[in-house]
Amino acid sequence: MAADVILDVQELCAYYRILKGDVKAVDGVTFQVRRGEILGIAGESGCGKSTLAHTLMLRKPPLKHISGKALFLGQDIMAMGAEEFRKLRLSRISIIPQYALDALSPTKKIGEFVTDLVREHGIHPDRSFFAKVEERMRFVNLDPAVLGKYPIELSGGMKQRVIMVISTILNPELVIADEITSALDVSSQRFAATLLVELREKGIIGSAIFITHDLAILYQIADRLLIMYGGHVVETGPVETIVHEPRHPYTQALLSSLPKVGVQIKDERLEGIKGTPPELLEIGPGCRFRERCPYRTKQCEQTPVTENIDPDHSIACWHYQEIGGERVG
Amino acid sequence: MAEVSKEPIISIENLTKIFSSGVFFREYTTAVKDVSFAMYPGTILSLIGESGSGKTTIGRMMLKLLRPTSGSIYFHGKDIAQLRSRAERREYYRRVQGIFQDPFSSFNPLFRVDRVFDMVYDVFMPEVRDREARTREALMRVNLNPDRILSHFPHQLSGGQLQRLLIARALLMDVEILVADELISMLDASTRMGILNLLVDICRDTGMSVLFITHDLALGYYVSDYTMIMHQGRLVEQGATAEVYHNPVHPYTKMLFRSVPDIGRRWDPKEKFIPEQVTMEIDEFYAENRGRGMVSVSPEHLVLMSVE
Repeated sequence: MAADVILDVQELCAYYRILKGDVKAVDGVTFQVRRGEILGIAGESGCGKSTLAHTLMLRKPPLKHISGKALFLGQDIMAMGAEEFRKLRLSRISIIPQYALDALSPTKKIGEFVTDLVREHGIHPDRSFFAKVEERMRFVNLDPAVLGKYPIELSGGMKQRVIMVISTILNPELVIADEITSALDVSSQRFAATLLVELREKGIIGSAIFITHDLAILYQIADRLLIMYGGHVVETGPVETIVHEPRHPYTQALLSSLPKVGVQIKDERLEGIKGTPPELLEIGPGCRFRERCPYRTKQCEQTPVTENIDPDHSIACWHYQEIGGERVG
Repeated sequence: MAEVSKEPIISIENLTKIFSSGVFFREYTTAVKDVSFAMYPGTILSLIGESGSGKTTIGRMMLKLLRPTSGSIYFHGKDIAQLRSRAERREYYRRVQGIFQDPFSSFNPLFRVDRVFDMVYDVFMPEVRDREARTREALMRVNLNPDRILSHFPHQLSGGQLQRLLIARALLMDVEILVADELISMLDASTRMGILNLLVDICRDTGMSVLFITHDLALGYYVSDYTMIMHQGRLVEQGATAEVYHNPVHPYTKMLFRSVPDIGRRWDPKEKFIPEQVTMEIDEFYAENRGRGMVSVSPEHLVLMSVE
């Protein structure tokens, strides 16, 4: 394993085991997070991106780890027991969850919430600890007085900042940010996304996985992008490459369906992708995008092998060579 | 501008809505303040604002779900507050309809989706004989296969399909004004484009006019002919879409455009961006331009330069 890899996920499979069978939401996912990078994971609803975060951080039934490894600095976190993993959580790997804005208990002041949380992780919240919390609050342009307030007194953008301060308070080496900008206004989105970059630059966090459906935000802050579709990783590469020279038919279609300021329907008609994503319940082998793909052949009924186009750019498609790189944008 | 010569379908004048809350100590919140605009046939007007700006409240007043505190809404010249009889109100709703963000909440989960069409016929058009054929035609128009939609339950269909279904329902009724409140916010990037394109096509073909309420600036730019920017209950800037986007004047509009994530153009990493700062900038802007009020900076572009 290369020295600069902090998280090495290999052939990870995690299914929702329900009465009707297995929902294969994460199915053979392989990727690495390098030290100091922000890896963006993008995909549409139901592609498995949030399930991936949950598989790594907090598996609860019916979500079940089936096979594959996730090596965090060489240790397989999939093989760890709950107690063992708890020691890593928050202090070394931390998640900023989706719907975090509603995660704050309405009857507790922010300060009490912080106290309870760090106690859970075996830290005594003394005066020096709160001095650090207050310093971080000022860093995100919040008045430390919010510690004495109830969640209802804060706006969505402010709550998101509080959550980001709390999740990163122990300087974790890896942060998983799951849709942290989705419920925010554009101005707060910019602030929250930029904050993640600033936290990394100040050395407060090491690396980050930023999960979102919004490619435009990822373009702003991510170093590399990973595109998911139907529980598979379809394409991985540096941001500029993925955005400007996507090779996978899904990435190409997704990017060309995105509106941009400067494009009006009377000048250029953007097209969506026909059809809907596949039902992942008891899904068989094959490329998951094939039903909607204009290039599909018989071969696509077998799961495509992930190939490296160049050392940094990998793709899972049987036909990427014939399709070629369509330059978008 | 060709549309101006026509009569507006709906015109809104000095609309204000103040909500009050509390029993012993009444508190008042001004959700919409002194808003005026008009909608012309076949155009898409986007109303852009962040949460709490009052954009949904305007839509709700247009749909007569809320009563304005002051100001009026005129539909073909007639004040909608005067529509008192059942028949008048029914006629209004036949022409002015809304579609909301969450398609699942627009359907009763216990009934098949056909029911929304049956209700349209029963309430608005009891005289229609060829119901089935008309429904099928409307569904085809929104690119849905009637055989795969009719007699299904809402949970068997996707969010995109349900939104198309609601557009089909509006088509059936010859709606003149459609209030689309965050119509595509819950849909995926790959499905929402089809719906937007459809909406634009329908406007061009039928002369329907859409109030497209959204927080997404890039989508607003893509579909709309005119754009209105709303901040804290006021329309701070409005005009032809390209004009507003490329020459923003109001500090709030400028701030919004600086924060849009756009592929191919990165945020300025040197700029220390703090969302709260805009409040101060707006105050300064109003102070500098004291007494000017709403100013026309070009023929198709209005900016709120100061407030009293």
